[in-house]
Amino acid sequence: MNTRDSLRTKLVASPYIVWSLLFILAPMVFVVYYSFTTGAGDFTFDNIRLLSKYLTTFLRSIWFGIVATVICLLIAFPVAYIISQKTDKVQRTMVLLVMVPMWMSFLIRTYSWMAILQDTGIINNFFARVGLRPVHMINTSGAVILGMVYNFLPYMIMPIYSVMAKMDMSMIEAAQDLGGNRLTVIRKCVLPMSVPGIVSGVTMVFVPSVSTFYISQKLGGGSFDLIGDVIERQFQQSYNYNLGASLSLVLMVLILICMAVMNRFSSDGGEMVI
Amino acid sequence: MKVLSKIYVALVFIFLYAPIAVLIMFSFNSSSSTSVFSGFSLQWYKSILADTATLISFRNTIILAVASSVLATVLGTAAAVGIDKFKKGPFRSAVLATTNIPMMNPEIVTGVSLMLIFVFIGKLLSIESVLGFGTLLIAHVTFNLPYVILTVLPKLRQTDKNLSEAAQDLGCKPFSAFFRVVLPSIMPGIVTGMIMAFTLSLDDFIISYFSGGPGFRTLPIAIFSMTKKRVKPDMYALSALIFVGILILLILYNIAQQKSEKSEKKR
Repeated sequence: MNTRDSLRTKLVASPYIVWSLLFILAPMVFVVYYSFTTGAGDFTFDNIRLLSKYLTTFLRSIWFGIVATVICLLIAFPVAYIISQKTDKVQRTMVLLVMVPMWMSFLIRTYSWMAILQDTGIINNFFARVGLRPVHMINTSGAVILGMVYNFLPYMIMPIYSVMAKMDMSMIEAAQDLGGNRLTVIRKCVLPMSVPGIVSGVTMVFVPSVSTFYISQKLGGGSFDLIGDVIERQFQQSYNYNLGASLSLVLMVLILICMAVMNRFSSDGGEMVI
Repeated sequence: MKVLSKIYVALVFIFLYAPIAVLIMFSFNSSSSTSVFSGFSLQWYKSILADTATLISFRNTIILAVASSVLATVLGTAAAVGIDKFKKGPFRSAVLATTNIPMMNPEIVTGVSLMLIFVFIGKLLSIESVLGFGTLLIAHVTFNLPYVILTVLPKLRQTDKNLSEAAQDLGCKPFSAFFRVVLPSIMPGIVTGMIMAFTLSLDDFIISYFSGGPGFRTLPIAIFSMTKKRVKPDMYALSALIFVGILILLILYNIAQQKSEKSEKKR
């Protein structure tokens, strides 16, 4: 191919490049711009200074995000391993079963949990019928974390499974032949090999958990404000775009830092637990 | 150990499907409660199928998903073809890094940042309510693009560069060489990317919530405003219908896939 043709081929990407400048990069610039200006457009640090008021909210979001991610990982790892050991046909069906819930509006599924967990909800009605005392579940931090684990669990199972499905089974057999028992084989062989899947699963669960706002509103009943709730209010209720932008900016930076830490861990390789 | 693992997987699936089972069950409830079942009735299905506002939002969702996935597929495939030709270097890395931004960013940040730029442009052009179908379309194309590009790029890398040159040596114009040789070989990637874009757009709530307006409501937005109040089982009926629809589509897709795999094996 001559250079003119190859130049022409490269130009095919130009509409996308213009698009990404306008709607990916420019919006990021706007977030930074709004963070450091007042409503009238003057430069200010006030929005950043105001952030200290939301320190507990930030810490709570990160804490909930970490707890939800760890629980997801603990649940998902065995599931992914068990699925990867089945025959091809069973694997395909089970993968489908993991993904199907994600196709239903997460709003309505979260709402359904509300009906299950309420004080007069399905579980407590059942308890009353069999003569147990009712348990208060809705509007607790546990309910919020349950909502996160429920909604994002498939995002943890899928990447770990897809790494495990490609794993070389002869390695595992060799480890068994060399006298490793089940747990040793999983710890020394399966776990290190599935690190790439774990890393992407962790990011895919952690990022939406930290930034959620619907789950905390419905299952936390407003008493567990997360950073997503505060951002949502600035844009949809109090119309303080500048404060909202600075909160978003900090959220973005926080997540970048967390991911950088994660990547450090994963590049250290092998012996990492969680 | 075998039995234990079976019980474990069964428990996880019960956890995943419990709320879905609950909502399907209560969609048949004869009262308006979502936690006490008082009898079987189809009234909520009747009422949801007569609810024009909901049906319009359903239609809007489909229109938006089709438009945004088609647009994203065309733009994204063209982008991948161009990017594939870029030499390794800072420009290529910058383009790829930018492509990753909507995937890495929390959805709320993507939504908010797009809202800021839309409102700014609206003020600039003094359009009163800028947020609507147009801004939703732009937003959906924006978050769909990375998925299309990242599924097409690997397919392009796998195709033999010599093929397209051979076609040109045999007298094919570069343009038709692309459509006759390159396009068929990257088609699976394009289709996967488009399906992904379509389903992401169909299901999106968070980004639409910030980048859309009252003039064009999608189903997730309509559901959100309804769950602000107490939900009646009619929402459950709607979700149950959608769920069954998706299930049928998935099963058909799976059967088709198995058939094509079988015929490939025969060949």
